Amino acid sequence: MNIVVCGKVIPASSVTIEIDPATKRMARKGVTHELDPAAASAVEEGLRLTEKHGGTVTLVTMGISDATIGIRNALAMGATSAVHVLDDAVAGSDTLGTAKVLAAAIKKLPFDLVICATESSDSYSGIVPGQVAHLLGIPPVTFAREITLDGNRITIKRQSEGGYDVVEAALPVVVTTTSGINEPRYPQLKGIMAAKKKEIKIYTAAELGLSADQVGEAGAKEKVLTVGRPPKRQAGKVVVDEGEGGKQIADFLAELKII
Amino acid sequence: MDFNLTQEQRHIREEIRRACREFPDAYWREVDGKGEYPDAFVRKLTELGWLAAPIPEEYGGAGLGITESSIILEEINRSGGNATACHAQMYTMGTLLRHGSAEQKKRYLPQIAAGELRLQAFAVTEPNAGSETTRIQTTAARRGDKYVVHGQKIFISRVLQSDLMLLLARTTPYDQLEDKTRGLSVFLVDLREAKGKMEVKPLDLMINHHTNSVFFDGLEVPGENLIGEEGMGFRYIIDGWNAERILVAAEAIGDGRWFIERAARYANERVVFGRPIGANQGIQFPIAQAHARVEAADLVRFQAATKFDRTERCGAEANMAKFLASEAAWEAANACLTTHGGYGFASEYDVERKFRETRLLTIAPVSNNLVLAYLAQHVLGMPKSY
Ligand SMILES: Cc1cc2nc3c(=O)[nH]c(=O)nc-3n(C[C@H](O)[C@H](O)[C@H](O)COP(=O)(O)OP(=O)(O)OC[C@H]3O[C@@H](n4cnc5c(N)ncnc54)[C@H](O)[C@@H]3O)c2cc1C
Repeated sequence: MNIVVCGKVIPASSVTIEIDPATKRMARKGVTHELDPAAASAVEEGLRLTEKHGGTVTLVTMGISDATIGIRNALAMGATSAVHVLDDAVAGSDTLGTAKVLAAAIKKLPFDLVICATESSDSYSGIVPGQVAHLLGIPPVTFAREITLDGNRITIKRQSEGGYDVVEAALPVVVTTTSGINEPRYPQLKGIMAAKKKEIKIYTAAELGLSADQVGEAGAKEKVLTVGRPPKRQAGKVVVDEGEGGKQIADFLAELKII
Repeated sequence: MDFNLTQEQRHIREEIRRACREFPDAYWREVDGKGEYPDAFVRKLTELGWLAAPIPEEYGGAGLGITESSIILEEINRSGGNATACHAQMYTMGTLLRHGSAEQKKRYLPQIAAGELRLQAFAVTEPNAGSETTRIQTTAARRGDKYVVHGQKIFISRVLQSDLMLLLARTTPYDQLEDKTRGLSVFLVDLREAKGKMEVKPLDLMINHHTNSVFFDGLEVPGENLIGEEGMGFRYIIDGWNAERILVAAEAIGDGRWFIERAARYANERVVFGRPIGANQGIQFPIAQAHARVEAADLVRFQAATKFDRTERCGAEANMAKFLASEAAWEAANACLTTHGGYGFASEYDVERKFRETRLLTIAPVSNNLVLAYLAQHVLGMPKSY
């Protein structure tokens, strides 16, 4: 079983995100990065499946050189190897450009299953996995909160609003995982040591057969026009309890038709 | 000297930091309040392999140096925790690695690395011999193929939480020795087999170290558990001192950074007389000064650790690092407490707990006076003062 996990390395949760006014993109260079927790869950799921069924887990990521720390993290967790698309030409890619890059990198690998997080924790678009599936010509199986494999068949519990649906498909597929699917493991010290010796294969867009006008800012069909802060929230209503605070709150909720 | 950490060392720092986040202030506060051993924490770190960092790979450890081990202990203290619960294994490992027999290493190290055995106790100090180690009176007398131990130790931590304990005992009477640094031997005591011949009485101390008086009443230790040669124990312990001092320094650096971070944050938040207290030089200067001292001490610590890992002589640097770091951490602790005013005394701010904990590092495992005596005598060539 060869599993490919697409995962993003993003600014660490402790970093205050700044938007570069010139590019209107997140300023990523030089800030502390980490493997997206959502991607860590996808890696974890890949590891659990290969621990049961044998095989390899390869992390595929597109990102700047600061991403190395997050890649090492996935390798320290136990991923077999990694592919890093590292190229200034892919900076500013929109979701479709990103999907083209990832799909082209995946095509260079043997794969039976591609696992992606439902969405990344820094930009939350949630579109890339579907596009990757399309470009690979295989079905997307989404919102998995549980995955089981049996030979060539994958069965997932697909999270729905009120519960879950059971979805079955033949491999290969792209499956997306929900954040609650598992608790990603912490790397063991020995895993960290072993990660040093594992391969991180680096590609440019050209090496993946993608021309400069297909990816990056140049290829982007989505354009960010402006970036703004959300409107300030209105001050809340303060109820001072002078014996009938409870009634005031009840009246307020009734006014909103909540009770 | 270049103290930039390697990518792997940075990775180790990031990961131990992440693992520690699972044990927030509230965890340590509760353990401290109840006087409990931080068992869940020690288990977790063991499971992730952190405490086996210095054990060679052939015995199931990570085979890392003192630099990496010191980063691990630093990050535990920096996270708000307290590495004492598990540092002894790193402090004492050198004695076992350097002087233990192949047979002893094969028997114990893989189990220690796997977390099946804990070696967290180290019995040296006695009521009549603290700083003056060569005066210890606990005896180990050879009887056939074993040693029989009689005597008393004090301030021995984690005896009840460990499976194995290193013991320093006298094998030749003091007055029969020409060289007073001879006559002591190190034993690896299997505490699981010591019942009945050893009494452990917990002491009530200012900090939660699970520290005890230990009475030996004919404890039998198999001859095969003697480490190295009989009579050479003090040398073996001294051999471990540089490593220990570097590790203590790193714990102090971790504490220092914790105090400074908390102090600076509180100084920005707390508004008195209409402005943050950090706007007053009387508050900000002590914090800035402590910060400078902690960072300076850290450089000496990395210099000592780098030399140690290159197997260069590092006695001077290791001692200076221990001295500078423990004093800087204590200065940071005071600045942090002052900054917090009365709230610093409330356990829920964790300052008073860390304040108690970091104070120890100027006194144990070795008092800073003895560190200065070392520097004066061995580095500066002044007369021996004790
Ligand atoms: C919480 C805690 C945990 C401990 N855990 C352990 C443990 O696990 N195992 C273990 O073996 N020990 C342990 N110790 C003991 C510790 O190592 C000793 O307390 C320490 O070495 C000092 O010895 P002492 O207390 O006998 O002080 P003393 O030797 O009595 O010294 C008292 C004071 O006099 C000073 N002094 C002594 N001689 C001189 C001199 N010539 N010049 C200048 N100043 C001098 C000392 O610096 C010190 O300040 C622990 C202690 C504590 C408090």
